[in-house]
Amino acid sequence: MLQTLYDKLWQNHVVHEEADGTALLYIDRHLVHEVTSPQAFEGLKLAGRKPWRVSSVVATADHNTPTDHWERGIEDPVSRQQVETLDANIRAVGALAYFPFKDPRQGIVHVVGPENGATLPGMTVVCGDSHTSTHGAFGCMAHGIGTSEVEHVLATQCLLQKKSKTMLLRVEGRLGKGVTAKDIALAIIGRIGTAGGTGYAIEFAGSAIRGLSMEGRMTLCNMAIEAGARLGFIAVDDTTIDYVKGRPFAPTGAAWDAAVAYWRTLHSDEGAQFDAVVDVRAEDIKPQVTWGTSPEMVVAVDATVPDPARETDPVKREGMERALQYMGLAPNTPIKDIKVDKIFIGSCTNSRIEDLRAAAAVVKGRRVAGNVKLALVVPGSGLVKQQAEREGLDKVFLAAGFEWREPGCSMCLAMNADRLEPGERCASTSNRNFEGRQGAGGRTHLLSPEMAAAAAIAGHFADVREIL
Amino acid sequence: MDKFVRLEGLVAPLDRANVDTDAIIPKQFLKSIKRSGFGPNLFDEWRYMDVGQPGQDCSQRPKNPNFVLNAARYQGAQILLTRQNFGCGSSREHAPWALLDYGFRVVIAESFADIFFNNCFKNGILPIVLPAAELDALFAQVEATHGYRLTVDLAQQVVVRPDGKALPFVVDAFRKECLLNGWDDIGLTLRHADKIKAFEEKRRVEQPWLFA
Repeated sequence: MLQTLYDKLWQNHVVHEEADGTALLYIDRHLVHEVTSPQAFEGLKLAGRKPWRVSSVVATADHNTPTDHWERGIEDPVSRQQVETLDANIRAVGALAYFPFKDPRQGIVHVVGPENGATLPGMTVVCGDSHTSTHGAFGCMAHGIGTSEVEHVLATQCLLQKKSKTMLLRVEGRLGKGVTAKDIALAIIGRIGTAGGTGYAIEFAGSAIRGLSMEGRMTLCNMAIEAGARLGFIAVDDTTIDYVKGRPFAPTGAAWDAAVAYWRTLHSDEGAQFDAVVDVRAEDIKPQVTWGTSPEMVVAVDATVPDPARETDPVKREGMERALQYMGLAPNTPIKDIKVDKIFIGSCTNSRIEDLRAAAAVVKGRRVAGNVKLALVVPGSGLVKQQAEREGLDKVFLAAGFEWREPGCSMCLAMNADRLEPGERCASTSNRNFEGRQGAGGRTHLLSPEMAAAAAIAGHFADVREIL
Repeated sequence: MDKFVRLEGLVAPLDRANVDTDAIIPKQFLKSIKRSGFGPNLFDEWRYMDVGQPGQDCSQRPKNPNFVLNAARYQGAQILLTRQNFGCGSSREHAPWALLDYGFRVVIAESFADIFFNNCFKNGILPIVLPAAELDALFAQVEATHGYRLTVDLAQQVVVRPDGKALPFVVDAFRKECLLNGWDDIGLTLRHADKIKAFEEKRRVEQPWLFA
């Protein structure tokens, strides 16, 4: 019987199945961070239970950590307590690896896992974070889970899950200059909506996807959850295997050869059936900018802000009106006329070395516009930061007037001190433009690192294709 | 987890689509290391006129008079009525914790985001999906009737309106059993501990690189 990649991954991990199809899936890798784990560790302790297999755990502190003045520690006492709670929990139970605050390999959990080879093809990966879908780039079945499930996985090494429907999202063709994985993700969400993938496991395929680097694939799979899909993944190919080779937790020698032989099977069989198929032409995708308070409220940079008056669905129209009011935008305004106050280059979506290189290429030899109050670059991890500094990217950003910070989640969700003030408008490479996401009253526009860099220089949204 | 069998309760309408988890419980409250106490900060940015901080006494904060949950007629509501894609966004279980702590045991919507939907069942909240037309009728009735109450019967899988009309809903058999009995997932799973061990041992042999 012909199988999709999802069928293969599912079959490889089912421990037990209930009559209604609810299955226990064995979990290979459990990524842990400070925000969604304290109650899980506490629950485990209260019930007198021990973790099932701590060697599956890789942990780091990322959401609450400051991105400057590390010598001062974590000044917010509530944030500090959460990070110290993670320290204490990991000290008590152990882990395969822990990258605490200030560790050279600390960083955003979804950057740290792959760069250390802790994410391997074909794994089931879980993390108490919705952007766990990122690891699908490696042909993994990677579920974002809640805290009760974190506790469940710690206690049982299994996740209770029902099989999703499958969606094949095919992007064929060549991406134009200045068009990135982020633009593919936003264009797809604009088309299918933020609930378009609900209940589906999405396999991204097609020549444009195969042409992406691993970092581009991570950006795309990261955003699967913004399309409503808990899982997004891509078949394993040479690009995957080349990326994994030689990383600290990757297998070596005979184990490597055996692993590669298995990984080569991680693709959908030719002719396998999907519950839904969506086709997108790469050539149709332009650089994207969101205009509203949901990632589906997105248009191409050369378009205008949509007019709710043209929307026939009353619930949608009201949503658009509310979004425009919150965003302080008038219908039909050209996107390129919208001025920005802050720039954020970072997050688990776009903080890897290629993202920083691409942004630096736009910035090089230019200056941040006078109306921009703050332009931040927050590398995804200590290793990304070191690599960027070796390449001199920090100097490029600093010379242009950007701030070069320490790694962490930072202004993507503003749990630390990096945030928008009410009414401030931000060009952000993160993943969510919800009301208040980057700070109460803040206005977020999602875009690619190249486009964020172009907005920093222009002081308003600009078409990076005209700059490159 | 508290069991859920049947509830007869006051209904509050939140007539918006795509209500995200950042709106349900803003990020500053995620710094807590507890599961309780999130109720006063449910929908914080919509409910209050100022910016909320963790650990604050919310009873003294200025309330937004235009936010529906602040209306006198919806105080004590246990059933939340809303639209498509409720709970989209992050995996934060603080969202169902906040709803529960506020007093909601049932959320009725046209659709839910997956992770949120799942998190509800782990906390004794019943998320119910109803067709758009039935929701339209419910919104109209709630609006028109002060003290509008619904009866939710999980065993029978129906929502019963005051006029006696029963609206059937679907729920997975396994989740229903867990909720009806208030079962702890972990305890249930550990009944299969031998199976998990056997699976793990086989995996160790077949895919040893996963256990390095």
